[in-house]
Amino acid sequence: MKYFILGHAGRILFPALIILSLIVLYRGHNLPGGGFIGGLMAATAYILVSLGSTMQAAKAKLRVDPVTLLAVGLAIAIISGLPGMLGGDPFLTGEWLPTFYLPLLGAVHLGTPLIFDVGVYLVVIGFTLHTTFFLSELAESDTEEGTD
Amino acid sequence: MPVSLLISLLFIFGAALVAPSLCRLFKDKGGCLLSLAPFAAFGLLLSQSGAIAAGESIRYHIEWFSSLGCAFSLRLDGLALLMGLLVTGIGGLIVLYASGYMHGHPRLGRFYLYLLSFMGAMLGLVLSDNLIVLFVFWELTSITSYLLIGFNHEEKISRWKALMALLTTGLGAMAMLAGFLIIGQVSGSYELSEINGMGDLLQGSPFYTAMVLLVLGGAFTKSAQVPFHFWLPNAMAAPTPVSAYLHSATMVKAGVFLLARLNPSLGGMPLWENTLAIFGSVTLLLAVVLGLFQKDLKAILAYTTLGVLGLLTMLLGIGTEYAIKAMVGFLLGHALYKAALFMVAGSVDHETGTRDVTLLRGLRRLMPITAMAGGLAALSMSGLPPFFGFIGKELIYKAGVKLGGLELYFLVAAFVGNFLMMALALKAGIGPFFGKENNDALPKKPHEAPVTMWIGPVLLGVIGLVLGLLPFLVTDSIVAPAIGSILGGAIPEIKLALWHGFNLPLLLSVFTVAGGFGLFMLRGKFWAVADPVRAAIRPWGAEAMYERIFNGTIWLSKAQTRCLQTGRLHDYVFMIVAVTVGFLIWAIVNYGGLQFEMDWAQFDPIKVGLVLIMIVATIVAVTASAYMTVLVALGTVGFGVALIFVYYGAPDLAITQLLVETLTVVLFMFVILRLPPLKSMSSMATKIRDAILASTFGGLMTLLVLKAVNIQFDHAISEKLAAMSYPEAKGKNVVNVILVDFRALDTLGEIVVVAAAALGIAALVATGFKKKKGAAS
Repeated sequence: MKYFILGHAGRILFPALIILSLIVLYRGHNLPGGGFIGGLMAATAYILVSLGSTMQAAKAKLRVDPVTLLAVGLAIAIISGLPGMLGGDPFLTGEWLPTFYLPLLGAVHLGTPLIFDVGVYLVVIGFTLHTTFFLSELAESDTEEGTD
Repeated sequence: MPVSLLISLLFIFGAALVAPSLCRLFKDKGGCLLSLAPFAAFGLLLSQSGAIAAGESIRYHIEWFSSLGCAFSLRLDGLALLMGLLVTGIGGLIVLYASGYMHGHPRLGRFYLYLLSFMGAMLGLVLSDNLIVLFVFWELTSITSYLLIGFNHEEKISRWKALMALLTTGLGAMAMLAGFLIIGQVSGSYELSEINGMGDLLQGSPFYTAMVLLVLGGAFTKSAQVPFHFWLPNAMAAPTPVSAYLHSATMVKAGVFLLARLNPSLGGMPLWENTLAIFGSVTLLLAVVLGLFQKDLKAILAYTTLGVLGLLTMLLGIGTEYAIKAMVGFLLGHALYKAALFMVAGSVDHETGTRDVTLLRGLRRLMPITAMAGGLAALSMSGLPPFFGFIGKELIYKAGVKLGGLELYFLVAAFVGNFLMMALALKAGIGPFFGKENNDALPKKPHEAPVTMWIGPVLLGVIGLVLGLLPFLVTDSIVAPAIGSILGGAIPEIKLALWHGFNLPLLLSVFTVAGGFGLFMLRGKFWAVADPVRAAIRPWGAEAMYERIFNGTIWLSKAQTRCLQTGRLHDYVFMIVAVTVGFLIWAIVNYGGLQFEMDWAQFDPIKVGLVLIMIVATIVAVTASAYMTVLVALGTVGFGVALIFVYYGAPDLAITQLLVETLTVVLFMFVILRLPPLKSMSSMATKIRDAILASTFGGLMTLLVLKAVNIQFDHAISEKLAAMSYPEAKGKNVVNVILVDFRALDTLGEIVVVAAAALGIAALVATGFKKKKGAAS
């Protein structure tokens, strides 16, 4: 652990930030938020971990390759456009489940636009982390070169 | 049954898809299996011929881009049936032939994939009833043809020739698409079956000339009419089965087919008739004369194909019922004998290792079956009775003798073309097999080709003979309906026969045979001078012109690249901003100059303070001498922008801006160590220039914003979106609803770009990085 306070802050804040990003993602349809913002927040959570300890720790937390996230996100976004076509509507027409009520969440609207937003969320995380990991590798290999 | 059209297409495209795996499993036998698909499609189409002969047409239709008037519609009528049978029937034989010719080739599966894809595209092309669908298939034939000509892609010359064919036909197709769009706009429909009833409307349109010339651009490049003829002989770089199929029997006929297809709507006007007839006849004469000076078996055949394409175009241009009859008869006859001759040439090449006709003779003893096939085809091509080729030629002369005045030129052209073509036919189909044996001079010891390689030519040769003797087999069922489609009327009553009594056409035939045979005997004289003659005319030929244009284009693009793509970020930014400034000035001058109204009430101290901070930060960023300072200053500007978003009620934007600013700083930190120290790269003069440009740009943008405030925008769209947001999309946040619902397709496009950019960044940086590392170690 490179930095004690930052490292511990990262460990504590990480789950909170991820949950926050999911909330932002979910509530985006009615309040400020959505896939883009949620995705950026989730990515920040990983970056915070990496700043506190190492990039390897952040990668281990992510478990999958960011490129996989890109692919899965795109696939989800495309698949979310298909249900509308079953009803004869154009690609990406929104289809909604009947509204139901849950404690805490209140009225729940679930529909294909939300699935689409999940796709956006994943692509944004994938993009940000792919770039970050890549640049950090570059920086590390550079410092190694310097110590040789 | 309409759906049988779709099924026949699916057979062939399906076979293309499984071809690579079949060839891996069954090796050469895979080809025999694959040939079942075209034969099945052939049978399916043939089973519809009864309805077609009865004057019906079969139409299959599914909606596609209905908002653009573009439906996926197929239609089988007389012309489509004739072409479809040729495409699938000859196609099946070619697939079979290729299994022998390409025996043991390591990329056999890929070859069949290309070949069958082409076949599907070609079948789709002749069956299309929609101009846009036709265009799609048309382009697909160009692309597959490119892949097939360049099949031996290790050779530079193959690639060059493949590219030549692709560029020539591709550019023509662009013109053709423009022509199609004009036709669609004028007639209000892209359905050929509707357009063909609107001949008067199209011909009365002021755009008639434009649409004819544009469509001809596509047809003439595809069917290799002068001056675009040069690509066809060069396409012979393809493996011989491909030459036999694409560049003789099917693809090159697509142009003629298109002209025939549009003849009912565009034909009949002097522009159409004269252009077709004149270009066709020039192509015919040029091709057969050049053909005399060829020594390569395939080149000789290529030039005769060129001649035939010219002849067919000329007949379409003449446009009388006789001429159309002749055209259909000749098209059918040609497809039969020319495919056979190409396959024979391929077998000879395969078995002897050479295509040089000056070396090839006396092979009949060693390759008796191939020799027979070649002989049958060559005699049919020479137009000797009792072959079908004779009927085709008689029809041409019968059409010709009806002409008068200046048009007699076309009869002369047809006569000259025919007897030269006969000489070429004998050279290619008879010459290699007769005379004294010359086996020692050949690179390989020849023996008979395998059964897969002689079955096709023999069958086609025999069909040419049988149809000549018993023409009624195809008269009413295939030939007459095709003539009807081209003329755009009912199916005419026709009678094909070998014997029409003593008349002028017969006399012309006798002269043709005598002349052709005479020239054939003199062939050695032409070969003796062939090389110098070809070298002498080359600099004035169309191919040399193509090379000049090609090299000129490359020179031009290099010159503009040197000038615009300096590789320095500084120059790019300068150019982008300078051009934008130019447009801004133009726009502002056009929309009332410097006049605007200031609303001083809008100024409130917080916003003014915020802007002042941002201005100071910008100045710091520009003048700073350390990265950290620049970073902090830019961050300040970014957060300032975010705050302004907050003030103007755009929380989504503000949050995104904040997050992006934060991430930018973090990402920048990773690379900051790798960057060289900041230093002054520009001279004082450049800096002053940049400062002036930057201030002008900023000033103009400010002016633009001030003016924009005064413009009363139409709020209808944003109000409508806001009103629709909750009831229709169940979301109260309009920004998000627009992103994920109303304009979700845009967002999908954006995230695709984001994903591509992520991969691109990695690739880009990694390349530069490795290069640097490699240089260092």
